[in-house]
Amino acid sequence: MTDTEKNAPRSGALEVKDLVKDFRVRSGMRSSRFRAVDHVSFTLEPGKTVALVGESGSGKSTVARMIAKLEKPTSGEILLDGERSAHRGVALMRYRNDVQMVFQDPFASLNPFHTVGHHLERPIKIHHRAQGRDAIEAEIERLLDRVNLHPPRELAGRRPHELSGGQRQRVASARALAPGARFLVADEPVSMLDVSIRLGLLNMFARLQREENLGVLYITHDLATARHFSDEILVMYRGQVVERGPSDRVILDPQHAYTKTLLAAAPNPENHGKLREEVRAELAREAL
Amino acid sequence: MSATATRPAGPLSLPSHEAYLEGLTPVLTATDVSIDYLVEPPVHAVKNVSLTLHRGEILGLAGESGCGKSTFAYGLNRLLKPPADLASGSVTFHDESGTDIDVLGLSGESLRVFRWDKISMVFQGAMNSLNPVISVKRQLFDVFTTHRPDMPKKQMRAEAQELLRMVGVDPDRLDSFAHELSGGMRQRVMIAMALALRPQVMIMDEPTTALDVVVQRGILREIMRLREQFGFAVVFITHDLPLLLEISGRIAVMLQGEIVELNTAADIYERPQHDYTRRLLSSFPSLTGDRGAFIRTGETGGVA
Repeated sequence: MTDTEKNAPRSGALEVKDLVKDFRVRSGMRSSRFRAVDHVSFTLEPGKTVALVGESGSGKSTVARMIAKLEKPTSGEILLDGERSAHRGVALMRYRNDVQMVFQDPFASLNPFHTVGHHLERPIKIHHRAQGRDAIEAEIERLLDRVNLHPPRELAGRRPHELSGGQRQRVASARALAPGARFLVADEPVSMLDVSIRLGLLNMFARLQREENLGVLYITHDLATARHFSDEILVMYRGQVVERGPSDRVILDPQHAYTKTLLAAAPNPENHGKLREEVRAELAREAL
Repeated sequence: MSATATRPAGPLSLPSHEAYLEGLTPVLTATDVSIDYLVEPPVHAVKNVSLTLHRGEILGLAGESGCGKSTFAYGLNRLLKPPADLASGSVTFHDESGTDIDVLGLSGESLRVFRWDKISMVFQGAMNSLNPVISVKRQLFDVFTTHRPDMPKKQMRAEAQELLRMVGVDPDRLDSFAHELSGGMRQRVMIAMALALRPQVMIMDEPTTALDVVVQRGILREIMRLREQFGFAVVFITHDLPLLLEISGRIAVMLQGEIVELNTAADIYERPQHDYTRRLLSSFPSLTGDRGAFIRTGETGGVA
């Protein structure tokens, strides 16, 4: 690949087609199949955010892991720029240049033994983003600056335990951007963080997205942020996408019964005292 | 007193808060509680906090990580371990029988008898609070053998089954181990254990944080139901302000070891008095309301 080819803007989409994942569940001597993801299709376009919402066990993380190539689909395809994505070798590495993941737990996803600089240096080297000591260091500083970690030079020397949860998640985001990714899969990126910094981090993702025209798959069970930070929402239930549409439409005018359940379960200050009334009415009915 | 002059002013409260308290009887009073972590340098985790919990109410304790809310709750129940040290203050439990118990004065046997019987606790991290190597039954029986040593085995079994039924877990699961239960079920078992002796106060430290919204809703409903039935008071600790606003009567907002605002839930939502309360409220984009300022503005705001 020549340099011009490498740097040519690639504007294609990441397409998930009919994805299925079966897991084998063993109970005693017998084993059965459990379909975690059941024929899921969607398209991630540059500059757009798609939110995947659903309760634990609905299969949303499995979708993410398949896109990140941490899990092999039972059937179905993942297409990047209209081409089938590879499962191994150099082609897989090229795929990973473009598609990166940010994990839920910033305490587990960084190696406590290594410095922040090392975490960023690895992808820069592996994906040949910069060559030579100085160029790599400049790139590390640029990345840390992108995720608002200041001063970059000082932070590069720190180890994960010296950082707060929010800072760690910023490092994880910088690491995901390091290979020059065009698509980011963020699996509950803020759910382990304190409420007071969640919005800040989501806003940072939004800025990076705008500046680099990233396509983002935002996986969450928080419907409020899904609504505010994404263009399209996909609701997953037992491995299937049961509802999809523009984010405001899905939240304000839900069609599927499960979306309604999910919405009713989300805490809403507007419903102050309602639960108590409901419970009282319920108990009164039972007493009859 | 000159000492009071240097002390920070109490929490901001509205007159409607006073009105709300009328007719309520206190069940637990903490006065000027200070808790330090005796490390180098010492950390003043809780600074002169006074708070009164009333019979049957749900009092929300909100604040970000590290604000001292869990430390304070542990102090109420005498669960602090070194290096934490309850430096000053008093905690009084007003028993149903009319006697007042000085919680900080308890020790040894009297403390053991008091704990769980009067105040029980549902701990943070539902997934890891149960003992993985003994069955649910033995853990529930443990409560009875400690506090009700005269109870016959048969009755213990019946009680344990009844407890599970109350929290919405199939009584057949009594012989299960923690790993055989889902996260939601484990937390329900924890609530059953906290309920076992019919305490007058239950302290819940982030009881639903690790659970997803649908399961969380089920557990909250169960807590509200049980509270209606048994009338215990709840201190509900979480950083999830929308959740607190929905279920609690009053909310205390904690910031850096102090309660900065104490008001009814309705007031906290509609008329927040303290800057920090407003900031905390604005950390939660509204689910169904206007998009307002939350349209991915970027950190600096409005640079789009």
